[in-house]
Amino acid sequence: MGDLTEPTRPFPPGAYPVVVIGSGPGGLQISYSLRRLGIRHAVISEDPAPGGMFRRWPFFQRLLSWTKPHAPAPRGSRAYERYDWNSLLADEPEARAIQPELMDGSSYFPSRPEMEANLTRFVERTGLEVRFGCRWTGTSQVEDAEGSGFIVNTTDGDYRANALVVAVGVAQPFSPPGIGMEYTHHYADVRPAESYAGRRVLMLGKQNSGFELANGLLQWARQIILTSPSSARFSVQTRSLAGVRARYVQPYEDYVLGGGVAILDAALARIERTEGGDGSLTVHLRRTDGGGDLAIEVDDVIAATGFVTPLLDLPSIGCSVSGRARLPLVTPWWESTTLPGVYFAGTIGQAAKGLEKHGVPANSGAVHGGRYNARALAGRIASTQFGVELPRPPIALEELVDTIATELAEAPELWHQRAYLARVFTIDPVAGLVDDGVEPLTHTLAVGGDDAIAVTLEADGTGAIYPVLYTRIGGEIVERNLEADPLLRYAGPEARRAISQIVREVVPGVAIEA
Amino acid sequence: MGTMIDRDELLDAIAGFGLFADLSAPQLEGIIHVFDERMFADGETVVHQGLSGSGFFIIVDGEALVLVDGAERARLARGDFFGEVSILLGVPSIADVVAARQMRCLVLAGPRVEPFLVGNPKVMFRMLQAQARRLRTANRWGT
Repeated sequence: MGDLTEPTRPFPPGAYPVVVIGSGPGGLQISYSLRRLGIRHAVISEDPAPGGMFRRWPFFQRLLSWTKPHAPAPRGSRAYERYDWNSLLADEPEARAIQPELMDGSSYFPSRPEMEANLTRFVERTGLEVRFGCRWTGTSQVEDAEGSGFIVNTTDGDYRANALVVAVGVAQPFSPPGIGMEYTHHYADVRPAESYAGRRVLMLGKQNSGFELANGLLQWARQIILTSPSSARFSVQTRSLAGVRARYVQPYEDYVLGGGVAILDAALARIERTEGGDGSLTVHLRRTDGGGDLAIEVDDVIAATGFVTPLLDLPSIGCSVSGRARLPLVTPWWESTTLPGVYFAGTIGQAAKGLEKHGVPANSGAVHGGRYNARALAGRIASTQFGVELPRPPIALEELVDTIATELAEAPELWHQRAYLARVFTIDPVAGLVDDGVEPLTHTLAVGGDDAIAVTLEADGTGAIYPVLYTRIGGEIVERNLEADPLLRYAGPEARRAISQIVREVVPGVAIEA
Repeated sequence: MGTMIDRDELLDAIAGFGLFADLSAPQLEGIIHVFDERMFADGETVVHQGLSGSGFFIIVDGEALVLVDGAERARLARGDFFGEVSILLGVPSIADVVAARQMRCLVLAGPRVEPFLVGNPKVMFRMLQAQARRLRTANRWGT
């Protein structure tokens, strides 16, 4: 039986334990990880093929996230993931480290088509299935014989799910309201670069998207102006992914060397057609740096004002959202705090901020952070929603220092999600010392319980990256920072000695290393 | 930060805060973009006692409890701020701060606090005044 015209489309409407919405990196990673845990689920996507936002963006067709084809760790190893920000996670050797196979050597930033091919190949090699061309149109809560759950309306029909994973990206273009904003076009609607040849272009926004466009238009536009109320911040200054990435700093150099680019700290007052201006626009700005008002005549105004989260009707059924990006309010495990059973994967995972120690954000908004969040989330859904018992392998006392030192040297989860994901070792009263795997650090800090050690790497905004061990003894948490090594060597004798001293406080049987 | 509607609403809200009492509207508009906005769920720990690296927070909406070793020491509300002591002294936080209901805050990361205060001396003065009041209250209790 079935629809003979579409014999190969998987996941027809019906009841599933979990429904995943989205086929970008977040949707694919959570689907893969749920499958590994034996959790049956449907994946639906309005797109015709995998890739999510990478099917279209970045506009200038090259990513901001690198993959090093030649790295200090062997390709395909766990340690290699630290150097490969773009491949998804898999256990099968043929599905690991796919991105470097597809790069042509011209840059360590993959091109957009190379990234899209990486995601497509991941789907092929893992045999993941997605019901493409199936658009999510609405959601409601349901109480029925199956318990509480959700009805997901789509263009193909209705799905019922106990849990919902939303991985639709922070992908809906956003332009703030304002006088004359109808004369602007959004980043998402930028024309081919050559169409800006000889034109005066003003960019509203001084984050990565604004600087990316300015950078790509340097050889086309006659004049480029970037403006927003606060001053530009650069990743090399914040020493984190907060701020404009080094790739796009060229317009700033042009500005400070007097090349003609202007970078202003000013808020938009209004935009109007220039009188007798042959289609040009006059942009009125209020400077926020103490200077006077400005009126600037330009040919194009581009709103590089970001994107919001397309959560459809979820807010109306109780999912609280906040901030400019309309991100959901979530637990450390990426579950809506106000609509339990709805989880978020992919870029939306940045909604769970974690500690943001010293102002350094996690990398959840990028693939290299989000992929670990998704894997941890799959475990959380499996254990809390479906009673799957996650492995807690025992660790021999004499191996604990070694294990921790190796994690600090190699664990990609800790390197990419600093002060955000932690490897946790617990003294279970029955099983003894066990490995609880990777957890959100804020969860570990909040949950209490048996004596434990949570191992992380952290950064303080000075450029240093150093190990931090959190001990929980009798419920009390103590933060213990290890000294930063300029070459980031955390498996050597000094680090091991420091680790053994800390560990011994929690697990007295451990010998202090000389 | 914020859509224009949210931003106007936020501007109205913070214009009434003691910390910003001396600032003109354009100065306030400039300041608002320096801060991040964060929403905390009811019961969420915003600042952890004993941990380093926290930020400076101003409550825009909602309430928080200040807990030392689990015991309630104070209740903070709209317009109150916290987190500055550990940043100014470069020491771990001396208390937990926990959202008592859904709470909206402006946040400034620790490393950005000094340049912000030096660049906005009127805000620094108001913060000093608030600290002086807290000290006076503490001294009065102590006698």
